Amino acid sequence: MADLTTTFLGITSPNPFWLASAPPTDKEYNVRRAFEAGWGGVVWKTLGMEGQPVVNVNGPRYGAIFGADRRLLGLNNIELITDRDLHRNLEEITRVKKDYPDRALIVSIMVPCEEEAWKAILPLVEATGADGIELNFGCPHGMAERGMGSAVGQVPEYITMVTEWCKMYYSKPVIVKLTPNITDIRQPARAAFKGNADAVSLINTINSITSVNLDAMSPEPMIDGKGTHGGYCGPAVKPIAMNMCAEIARDPETNGKPISAIGGITTWRDAAEFMALGAGNVQVCTAAMTYGFKVVQEMISGLSQWMDEKGYEKTSDFVGMAVPNVTDWQYLNLNYVTKARIDQDACISCGRCYAACEDTSHQAIDMSIDRVFTVKDDECVACNLCVNVCPVEGCIEMVELEMGALDERTGEIVKPYANWTSHPNNPGAIKAAE
Amino acid sequence: MSNTTMTPGIQPGRLPGENLDVNFQDLHPPLTPHEAHVAADRCYFCHDAPCMTACPTSIDIPLFIRQIMTGTPEAAARTILEQNILGGMCARVCPTETLCEEVCVRETAEGQPVEIGRLQRYATDTLMARNSHPFARAAETGKRVAVVGAGPAGLACAHRLAMKGHDVVMYDARAKAGGLNEFGIAAYKSTEDFAAREVAWLLGIGGITVETGRSLGAGLSLEQLKQDHDAVFLGIGLAGVNALSVAGAEKDGVVDAVSFIAELRQAEDLATLPVGRRVVVIGGGMTAIDAAVQSRLLGAESVTVAYRRGADRMGASQFEQDLAASKGVRIMTNVMPVAVHGNGAASEVELEYTQDVDGRLTGTGETVRLVADQVFKAIGQTLQGAPEGLEITRGKIVVTGGGRTSVKGVWAGGDCALGGEDLTVTAVAEGRDAAEDIHKALMG
Repeated sequence: MADLTTTFLGITSPNPFWLASAPPTDKEYNVRRAFEAGWGGVVWKTLGMEGQPVVNVNGPRYGAIFGADRRLLGLNNIELITDRDLHRNLEEITRVKKDYPDRALIVSIMVPCEEEAWKAILPLVEATGADGIELNFGCPHGMAERGMGSAVGQVPEYITMVTEWCKMYYSKPVIVKLTPNITDIRQPARAAFKGNADAVSLINTINSITSVNLDAMSPEPMIDGKGTHGGYCGPAVKPIAMNMCAEIARDPETNGKPISAIGGITTWRDAAEFMALGAGNVQVCTAAMTYGFKVVQEMISGLSQWMDEKGYEKTSDFVGMAVPNVTDWQYLNLNYVTKARIDQDACISCGRCYAACEDTSHQAIDMSIDRVFTVKDDECVACNLCVNVCPVEGCIEMVELEMGALDERTGEIVKPYANWTSHPNNPGAIKAAE
Repeated sequence: MSNTTMTPGIQPGRLPGENLDVNFQDLHPPLTPHEAHVAADRCYFCHDAPCMTACPTSIDIPLFIRQIMTGTPEAAARTILEQNILGGMCARVCPTETLCEEVCVRETAEGQPVEIGRLQRYATDTLMARNSHPFARAAETGKRVAVVGAGPAGLACAHRLAMKGHDVVMYDARAKAGGLNEFGIAAYKSTEDFAAREVAWLLGIGGITVETGRSLGAGLSLEQLKQDHDAVFLGIGLAGVNALSVAGAEKDGVVDAVSFIAELRQAEDLATLPVGRRVVVIGGGMTAIDAAVQSRLLGAESVTVAYRRGADRMGASQFEQDLAASKGVRIMTNVMPVAVHGNGAASEVELEYTQDVDGRLTGTGETVRLVADQVFKAIGQTLQGAPEGLEITRGKIVVTGGGRTSVKGVWAGGDCALGGEDLTVTAVAEGRDAAEDIHKALMG
């Protein structure tokens, strides 16, 4: 049986599944329930500075988009950081950590970009016995208007500066949580590590409007006839988050640095994918908000089963394994040729592959009068669209042409690896050594 | 009320009223909006969809389902009704299991088709609940067309003609329009007076006058109709029934299934409707199943459908056979009636076992007797009252193209016309297509 025990920044938790800093981790009651359900760690919902806490709206905080059967695909929120008193939060954190010494407990913090503010809060957090802190440089709504959250995360110099303060006034690991609302995620990641961050976590939520109420002509969630952009999360953001995770993992400046991945992780498989792309552990929010804390039990059993099947004994065995295979387009093998193959036994004759190919691609699928669909190898560019629109998993596959085989489309023989950098059509091609 | 399922003879009120209410509820209850959304989500939006090809009226099924999925069931209804103005009734009575749903790729994939019939009902019910008519008439053409028979074919023809701007007079022998929709369908398939409501809604197009109690040979003649109108459409159905030519067929308790079904549909109070304690239905089509199931639902103790060929040859679909079985109807196959016994009233039906020898049905000589105080004949309907001069083949009016008969200026469609299955949806398609052809002929 695989051991899911994961050590991240020296913090050991029984599994790599942490709850992200978010509404589910706002108070002792929830966090205790989460630990009882099996979560390996929790990032406590972001604490603000001492004094009057922030306030939240009193109308709807969440908006959503749905798939079939109202399956929640994406959620957005306009909730701010904790609206509870700082000291009450600190007391609760202290109690919970004492009762759950084997679980990771990280405290998320967001205070103004002033050294005094950080200097004031960090010792208070240190006194709780929590395992580390996470700097919330990510929230794109509300707090950003006050110069915090993503307003900091979008300025690499601020990230470095604040991270340095934290390393100065706090002795345990510092994780910097990044905003995806930026053009190149590598810049803030580099800035964080430049400030001696121990890890980065990403992604925070994406600026979004999930829906517009066409009667009221207002974005939703609608507060008294008006709406504002909120932070988008859930399964829909996973592809964006994975790319950002991979970009940091393969950036020579940050390669190998610890990453805690966040973004639409809903099943064990999502977690395994992020970890293969370099994440040491994962943080979850929307899945828990959709299904409750129990959902972690499937993640635990699923990851464990998969690791057993693959022969991985501990999570670090596969962390980052996919990173070397994330490359630039220019290095892809242009001599790798595949053709779509339709399994006629599996085909249910819906014709979606035909419509997609005929209308929007390369007219490479033939449809007979009796609805048999076959691929025209002399037209197929192997774009994979037919595979993606086919409702039957495994019905259409891309089959590789072996070296030396004839590609009927180009009339050329399949040759060994060659990429764009040496392609004759590339004006900047490097001439292969004679 | 003292009658029970065990009371001998043909008796009303075998079941308490509340049981009858439950028994005759909607066979396929309407989908709720959420159910409709979930069901619609299952549609793959197939290319050149098999369901659409299988539909006799060629409704664009993937499109209307997508319209439901995106929250516009009214637009979905329009898509349906443009092709099939009786889309509401067809959603209820179509044997979808042998048409659209049979060829649904989800049926191929999972043995569970998209619920096309129920989705169609959801769309049409939503639109009809708005109590407005979705189509407007074109400018009046001044042409007058007679439509004889206000069943599905006649209604579809009349509506399309009216929409094209023609004036239509629709004649029907019965006291009410609707044809088999009103008189010939099991009650649990058309609840809450739907057939009549649909006719009223359809007439909302305007330009259609309905004259009931008038039929060919009984006050109407084709010659007169031709003289008074620019075109005539015959949608007169199959008003006759095949006779049961066995000894004792004249005994009390031996009745036509279609009469029983019609009576049941028009009954104000089902508790007043008499039914036998032990019922035998002769036949194997939809009418046989409708009569058999409804007999059980009224409280008959035992009901047997006796069909002369094998189950695979039955006119009733597998779904209908399963429905009958689930209601406790026994289906006997490969038996044919040879006599009805009884002193004045039927008390037994004698059946002979049959076998198929080189495609010919022959009796084996072995017989069996079933106790029966009521015997329903459901052995087919026949063309009756077709005017002189029309070419008739195999008991049906010969038509070509868009329903043209051998007589100029006279069109025909529905069950009375040759070609196509005898289904509501087929009748609608034929009525509609004839209207298009009439329009073309009249407008040059």
